[in-house]
Amino acid sequence: MILEFIVAALKAAIPAGTPLLFGTLGEIYAERSGVLNLGIEGMMIMGAVTGFGVTLATGNVWIGVALAAMAGGLLALIHAFLSITLRANQVVSGLALTMFGLGMSGLIGKRYVGIPLPCRLRVAPIPLLKEIPLLGPILFQHDPLVYLSLLLVPLLWFVLFKTRAGISIRSVGESPATADALGVSVYLVRYLCVSLGGVLAGLGGAYLSLIYAPAWIEGMTAGAGWIVIALTIFAMWSPGRALIGAYLFGTVKVLQYRLQPLGVSPNLLNMLPFIFTIIVLLAGTGEVIRKRIGAPSALGIPYAREEK
Amino acid sequence: MRVRIEKRLILSRWMTLFTPILSLALALLVIAFVFWGYGVSPLLAYKRIFVGAFGSLYGLSETIVKAIPLMICGVGLAIAFKALVWNIGAEGQLLMGAVAATWVALYAIPDAPEAVLLPCMFVAGFLGGAIWGLIPGILKAKLRANEVITSLMMVYIASELVNYLVYGPWKGAEEWGFPYSSKFPSSAQLPRLLGTRIHYPTLVLALLLAGLVHVLVMRTKLGYEIRVTGENPEAARYAGMSYFKTVMLVMLISGGFAGLAGVGEVAGIHHRLRYPQGISPGYGFTAIIVAWLGRLNPLAVIVASLLFGGLLVGGDAIQVALGLPVATINIFNGVILFFVLGGELLTQYKITFERRRGE
Repeated sequence: MILEFIVAALKAAIPAGTPLLFGTLGEIYAERSGVLNLGIEGMMIMGAVTGFGVTLATGNVWIGVALAAMAGGLLALIHAFLSITLRANQVVSGLALTMFGLGMSGLIGKRYVGIPLPCRLRVAPIPLLKEIPLLGPILFQHDPLVYLSLLLVPLLWFVLFKTRAGISIRSVGESPATADALGVSVYLVRYLCVSLGGVLAGLGGAYLSLIYAPAWIEGMTAGAGWIVIALTIFAMWSPGRALIGAYLFGTVKVLQYRLQPLGVSPNLLNMLPFIFTIIVLLAGTGEVIRKRIGAPSALGIPYAREEK
Repeated sequence: MRVRIEKRLILSRWMTLFTPILSLALALLVIAFVFWGYGVSPLLAYKRIFVGAFGSLYGLSETIVKAIPLMICGVGLAIAFKALVWNIGAEGQLLMGAVAATWVALYAIPDAPEAVLLPCMFVAGFLGGAIWGLIPGILKAKLRANEVITSLMMVYIASELVNYLVYGPWKGAEEWGFPYSSKFPSSAQLPRLLGTRIHYPTLVLALLLAGLVHVLVMRTKLGYEIRVTGENPEAARYAGMSYFKTVMLVMLISGGFAGLAGVGEVAGIHHRLRYPQGISPGYGFTAIIVAWLGRLNPLAVIVASLLFGGLLVGGDAIQVALGLPVATINIFNGVILFFVLGGELLTQYKITFERRRGE
């Protein structure tokens, strides 16, 4: 009985954590290249509204997902242009992106409010793997986008830590002048990483409006983009730990709904993820300091070739 | 051709004044395209915004009403941003100020005379906002936790706390089931200018605070330490300035000011605690742009807050008239901020085009 409850809760925690996982994987790449993008919330919600609108218009969820990713990527380019080319303050630029995304999505999505989605991605249990006791039902009975996010974790980890491209990204984030001297194009690497961050944030948003909800609700990201920023620190800029962090949050979210019938005030329960974000941030920051890992050294600092 | 971006050595006065205006104009041009794409005539939209905000005595008075919280929050944030402390949580600090003032007015000393009650509400509001600001401050200064995230999370927590109070223990018995607290006694209500909603004591307070902060930043040792910490933290440390002290001070001021703005809203406008969006349509967030557009200069923040007050009033007008969603105002916020940021490059850097050899 208790085991069943735990399995059901963990199974529900994965879809709840998947938008966060997509977002965090993207932000890890952006920050590894030295660019802090606080615009995740804006890119996510634009992904959510684009995915929903396109799916409604074309009747094909996959086209919706693809264009949501593109919308996120395009929005990220604004931040890239301001912070990389124009060397603007990254904190303010990211905030502007979030505000812009929240506003635009509200305007675009006004006509989608209350409209049901005609088609959905079906749950596709993976043969054989789904039979594994405990792990099978928790991990392998989901929709294809969950599997995509699960595949991205080892893939992005491998690229970041085991390939030349990964070395370039990390060196640009740690010491752009050195990377530049070695022939790595700092601007190109940063543009690519920030765009990838946007694409993944867009995917996370599409997951919210197309699968998790599935509906368009104004402001439906409700702070998920900011949780992503905290998770990136908690993950110590590594894809593997992003997975743990995202599903931890998914569990908190599930608990939030499961505790409600017990008579706890829903408003107090709504605080849980935000209090938990602060705790996770403190835990992450503490560990980063203790292990002397540190954020990418050039994080948040614009690179100017002439000022060498 | 090659583009070179070099840092300007001398900032021209003319440029610092002209750039924000040009940035604003370009932003409005881009937003015009958004309206056009949405099927709304941009000219009509801008006309409605302008007439709504500045075209009548009522519009003007409402513009000032909305400028008051923006001004107080903006001035406080300007000082925090000067020290490069990113307090993004003014919205939550404002709400906590409102909560503290409500507690004083309805539960702590509801029978006190006006001359005691109102000042006590402002003091409590300052403390409420300051505590909400000091928590991220202490986490940043002592544990190095990113204050952008912590201060923002505190907004969500404050917002849920207000919801909890007005739906739960503080729900007024005579409020027809609305998520409101009971009405404040008249001794807890701020006087208003005749026929308007301008609660002038808060306006006077806002102007005084702007002047005070200007003097503090420009003329005192504390202000000097704040500026040095922002411009060159290493130098500040070498000079023996306490980073902890500076962070706590700017969070105290910016949080406390936002709290005062919250007192003004409940004591001057609503006369009760309401659900969070009913107290503030995002004043704390818009104040970030107000502070930035005012280039962190308290006196320029006054002008910027009037501008954005007008935008909020005009925004309400077009929402009703043209059927646009509430979130439209966020497009203005975002795009204006983009252009203000881009415009800063013009003042701080010089862009030159030069031909490559052999071209």
